[in-house]
Amino acid sequence: MNLNSIKSHPILPIPERTKVLFEFDGKELVGFKDMMISSALFMNGIKIFGHHFKDGSPQGIFCANGQCAQCTVIVDGAPKKACMTPLKEEMNIESCNDLPELPAEDTIVKVGDAEILETEVLVIGAGPAGLSASKLLGENNVKVILIDDKDRTGGKLVLQTHKFFGSQKDVYAGKRGIDIGQILGDEVRKLSSVEIWLNSTALAVFRDGFVGVLKENSKYVLIKPKKLLVTTGAREKMLIFPGDTLPGVYGAGAFQTLVNRDLVKPAEKIFIVGGGNVGLIAGYHAIQANIEVVGLIEALPKCGGYYVHETKLRRLGVPIYTRHTIISANGKEDVKSITIGKLDDDWNVIPETEKTFACDTILIAVGLNPVDEFYLKAKEFGIKSWVAGDAQEIAEASAAIFTGRIEAIKILEDMDIKSDYNLSELEEKAKMMKAHPPDPGESIKNNKNEGAFPIFHCYQEIPCNPCATVCAQDLIETVDDSLTTLPFFNNNQDCIACGRCVAVCPGLAVTLVDTRKDAENPIVTFPYEISSGKLEKGQEVTVLDDSASLGNFPIHRVRILKEFPQTQLVSIVIPKEFARKAVGIRAFKPNPPEPMELYHKKPLPDEIIVCRCERVTAGEIRNLIKKGITDVNQIKAITRAGMGACGAKTCGLLIDRLFREEGISQEKITEGVKRPLFVEVPLKYFASVDKGDEK
Amino acid sequence: MTNYDVIIIGAGSIGVPTALALAKNGLKILVIDSLMSVAQGQNKAVIGGIRSTHTQKSKIWLCQRSIEIFSSWKEKYGDDIGWLQNGYCYLAYTTEHEKLFKNNIKLQKSYGLNINYHGPEKIKELIPGINENGLLGGTFSPEDGNASPLLFINACYSQAKKYGAEFHFNEKVINIFTENGKISGVQTNKSTYLAKFVINAGGSYAKEVAKLVNIDVPVNPTSHEAGISEPVKHFIKPMVVDIRPSEDKKFGDSNNYYFYQNNEGQIVFCLTPNPPIYGYDNKETSRYLPQIAKRMIMLLPRLKNLKIRRTWRGLYPDTPDGAPIVGKVKDLEGYINAVGMCGQGFMLGPGLGELIYRIVNNSLTPNDEIILEELSLYRDFGHVEMLK
Repeated sequence: MNLNSIKSHPILPIPERTKVLFEFDGKELVGFKDMMISSALFMNGIKIFGHHFKDGSPQGIFCANGQCAQCTVIVDGAPKKACMTPLKEEMNIESCNDLPELPAEDTIVKVGDAEILETEVLVIGAGPAGLSASKLLGENNVKVILIDDKDRTGGKLVLQTHKFFGSQKDVYAGKRGIDIGQILGDEVRKLSSVEIWLNSTALAVFRDGFVGVLKENSKYVLIKPKKLLVTTGAREKMLIFPGDTLPGVYGAGAFQTLVNRDLVKPAEKIFIVGGGNVGLIAGYHAIQANIEVVGLIEALPKCGGYYVHETKLRRLGVPIYTRHTIISANGKEDVKSITIGKLDDDWNVIPETEKTFACDTILIAVGLNPVDEFYLKAKEFGIKSWVAGDAQEIAEASAAIFTGRIEAIKILEDMDIKSDYNLSELEEKAKMMKAHPPDPGESIKNNKNEGAFPIFHCYQEIPCNPCATVCAQDLIETVDDSLTTLPFFNNNQDCIACGRCVAVCPGLAVTLVDTRKDAENPIVTFPYEISSGKLEKGQEVTVLDDSASLGNFPIHRVRILKEFPQTQLVSIVIPKEFARKAVGIRAFKPNPPEPMELYHKKPLPDEIIVCRCERVTAGEIRNLIKKGITDVNQIKAITRAGMGACGAKTCGLLIDRLFREEGISQEKITEGVKRPLFVEVPLKYFASVDKGDEK
Repeated sequence: MTNYDVIIIGAGSIGVPTALALAKNGLKILVIDSLMSVAQGQNKAVIGGIRSTHTQKSKIWLCQRSIEIFSSWKEKYGDDIGWLQNGYCYLAYTTEHEKLFKNNIKLQKSYGLNINYHGPEKIKELIPGINENGLLGGTFSPEDGNASPLLFINACYSQAKKYGAEFHFNEKVINIFTENGKISGVQTNKSTYLAKFVINAGGSYAKEVAKLVNIDVPVNPTSHEAGISEPVKHFIKPMVVDIRPSEDKKFGDSNNYYFYQNNEGQIVFCLTPNPPIYGYDNKETSRYLPQIAKRMIMLLPRLKNLKIRRTWRGLYPDTPDGAPIVGKVKDLEGYINAVGMCGQGFMLGPGLGELIYRIVNNSLTPNDEIILEELSLYRDFGHVEMLK
């Protein structure tokens, strides 16, 4: 049997997992115990989980985060979210193709009362911000309950297999996100005043100061915190285009969850929409999981993400189309191809520039939006509350570590506890981490041409300095010793070519040139973290500058440093004229994607689905806007847009966009009212139905 | 200054159908509401039940007319308002309630209501899976039903506009003008309008509106919380009403609660707290879900797996006896109350709108006179309605 699971990975360890049998629509399948049902289905090549009861449209994974209900399947008779339900032996799973039937379990059950608790601080979300804040609060012996809806701490760090930017001292730069999540989690777990509740979802903030929490996916608890810190992160923004709700169109974050957390291979060929860091990194993660990246489009003239992330991807042979937009996702039941087109200066597609590429998955990476509902409600209800991380402002995880600390210090100040941290210094650093990077310029060259020396292919001033801190001989500095300036080689003494600067660089932008053996044909050392197997001496690889090949050369030597076990240092002898411009290597041959024949069906934009839960089209909403309606609540009342399972988490922003298209500015719009619950949960939890009565 | 025949204050459950009834008959209507768009007050907190199962002639008759309007709406106007004629079922688990229902039925039937008392077998058929322990039976009134308050009010609103009714939102009435004991117009924070009639359809804020003409209406809002589930395949027919009081030491006692399955397949539910919670606060509290979850699961265990989607809290403009206050007032010609609906404005609205037209038009029928007497501001408020 050929399961689409990831069997080896350059970065992630593949744990031993227990195989279990389960049934899907009568077919016996194999999955791993306790993996989410959605991932088990993907592993078996199943992407269509059912069909919408309203219009029969195919349904599959969308958020992979428990926020919507698009992945609903029938598990042993009851409707459940596939992305949040762990797989068990002999589960009987059916696709959900109509309104689900409520199982006729009519035995009388015992009901009870939900527990009521008090705490000094409740922190919602155990990602980088929540963990950093809890650590600081815990170190000051403040009683904290830290909750997270996932089964482990770290938030989205658990998906980040790449090395982080920033400074080593403050935010573990040079380490991989997954490891930072682990370190932060371990530090918090040591603190006795911090209680961590995993698999525990905040459902609502109430008028009377309580936060309703579904604890450990099994009991409802009402917590009255004296102080609330919201570190709930972000959710992915969506685009609207024909085919936007086809199974196979989902967010880059959802993709990373499937690949890096659940270790399944959800796709063969992906196309990425959006050239910010999220899109660029998702592309890199795909290649690490042996998934082909057919292309990446960015609507702006330049990718918004870090230049090093972009060039990393280009070197791996991924075509990046700037000033391009998605025209449609094509396919009847799931994605078969994507059509893109070039944009003119007025953001219109230039006729005849449309191209269609075969792909089975389209990742949307067009930005993130803060998950700040709890914070806003808490403020409205007069609960003392703070917000940090992406829930406060979208930025890198390293910035979230800072803002978590900052808000924790503010909480301590509110309690008249003095901390050792300097608030204004932290605020300065957080600002630096959040700043949008300037355009890439020139790297700092050294004019050394003999001996060993590093070359920095580092063209963009981003907050990052692990290379300067890792060099044991202090040969690397940044300009003015600042975090955001470019690094250079100070040549104060001989470099011993240890390779640590090559291994630590998050951007894979440092190479090492060694002319000591042969000045005409120096040895150049590159970092490589794509294939899981070790590259071999003598194996021929392609050496590249920022995007183009410089030729194929055999490998001279492969080393792995103990401190950086997942990065291979590959040394290659290349001619002198290439030594300084060679940036990276590629050990496989990319297939340049050939455009397919143009996809002909020209869809009407009015048919595009805006509210995926209730299947409301752009046309229906646009008509109401044209009639003069400016109150989103009225649009909701008439069309049901926003009344579905996800509660306007996706369509809210899209409706705002339709208003803009009709020339109605934000201040004229009355926003939709947000109400509990944050996610749907079964009634039994509120009645503390006796576990013993459940089968 | 624009001149209107009638100005309606409040574009909610009462104001909008009243505007339609009046505009359809050729009157020039202005509806003024301080909120941003139609029905943004308590109408959207309504759960959608529509019954003529009351114990007073006035409410039975008004709702019977409402049901005719709801049930023929699609045919007449073309809009889907989610109407389902699935009936109401009041459950009897005690002999006291059984007796009460049986007594009521005699009265209700004499007012023309289609209602019967049934034993447990029929009730089990209507509500599959219901807890049979102690179930004695219940009433079933098959002509009652439910509709989407959101769809109905918006459909009604666009029809009223088609007939020429004007609506001003985000505008607050600050003064009502009178001349020689007659209404002459209103002043808002934006403009002044002339009219010989002013209808107070102010819902939970009716008392404030009446105060502008120095009338005291005993309308004080109490809050109720409600919730809605994911949609599931239809299995419950009627609105299920359990009028047993319940003790809850941890989260607060409650009186009746009720739920039904709407046209989308979603189960909508509401609870009456005991004692009532007076005031204008309409933000969700933490006590509601634990309170009602226990009661619903004890009554219908299979609901335990039903996923809950949303909850909210709305205001009932309550009167001391649980009946509305409708009609003209002494010493002020042209002012008409349509207030104090006690949480039943949605089901009363369409029938009431037509009655308001007949008041304005001086064309009251003998039955109208009976209704208006029961709902008069000057009645004795000491007799509480039995199925409040």
